[in-house]
Amino acid sequence: MKFIILFFRFWYDFIVGDCWQIALGVVLVLAGGAWLARTQAVTAISIPPIVGGGIVAVVLASLLITSKSKA
Amino acid sequence: MTTPTDTIGLMLAVFAASFVECVEAFTIVLAIGLTRSWKAAIVGSIVALVALSATVAVVGVGLGTFVNAAFLQIIVGSLMLVFGLQWLRKAILRSSGLKAIHNEEKIFQEEQEAARQAGNKKHLGLDWFAFVVSFKAVFLEGLEVMFIVITFGVSASKDNPDAMFHASLGALAALPIVIIMGYIARGPLSSVPENALKFTVALVLCTFGVYWSAEGLGYFSPDHTSMEWPGGDWALLALLVLWGIISYVSVKVLRPYHKSRGLHV
Repeated sequence: MKFIILFFRFWYDFIVGDCWQIALGVVLVLAGGAWLARTQAVTAISIPPIVGGGIVAVVLASLLITSKSKA
Repeated sequence: MTTPTDTIGLMLAVFAASFVECVEAFTIVLAIGLTRSWKAAIVGSIVALVALSATVAVVGVGLGTFVNAAFLQIIVGSLMLVFGLQWLRKAILRSSGLKAIHNEEKIFQEEQEAARQAGNKKHLGLDWFAFVVSFKAVFLEGLEVMFIVITFGVSASKDNPDAMFHASLGALAALPIVIIMGYIARGPLSSVPENALKFTVALVLCTFGVYWSAEGLGYFSPDHTSMEWPGGDWALLALLVLWGIISYVSVKVLRPYHKSRGLHV
């Protein structure tokens, strides 16, 4: 049991790191993009820029959160 | 169709990422070697390198052979994004003063102190503490490089069948250079501009990460084929410029913010 916890803890630290907001944000943006692609709610050519904009927003939000918490 | 410029770009990106991680691993192995046992430190490092090479071979070939192209783009793009965004965030925070710059000299001294205080257990004729610490240092720092080699290598292998080999070559080239530089410096490589290198690699990772993961979302469309960016491959250049501007502006905005509040890190 201890080994399994250590195993998952290692991969969590490795992939998510010290900013879980970024990992969660990326998952949410990509899930939203997948939904747009599946439902064809918008034109296909507009999905990549929308996803790119979402990722940029995630980074800016995480920087804002960090700078506020350090103050 | 791949050009020599693509190949050089691929190798340089992986080389820069590998160089930074090699410097970090080198600091720890050097501290352990000087304080405990060079034999155990070197054996630990070699075993870690062999384990990493085997993982690259198995995972890289497996991903490239058995996974749908669009789905592969999502996996590769997401991994690049997660690493790239973490690196970019840290590089921005370090450049703006909100996070301490990586200090190889300090890490070197801390590792030496820990090595002096550890026990003297022996296994297989090796100083076990020195072996384990060296193995962990090389394996953990190398794991990030491995992901970068696999993500760049697998993605570029669509146009260049030797991309994985070229990416591995770029990563491996950093190792002897760091060792030679360390030998000349006779100490930890504290003068290497780690943050600038990490910043550069992070920009490339974020650029390709966004590009591929968005393209890969086509897997969820009715025909399961990759999405197209407006402007095709030119979108890569636009994304790189965009990430550069965002980083520059973020550092400029956060730096006075940090100074005005008198933050100490």
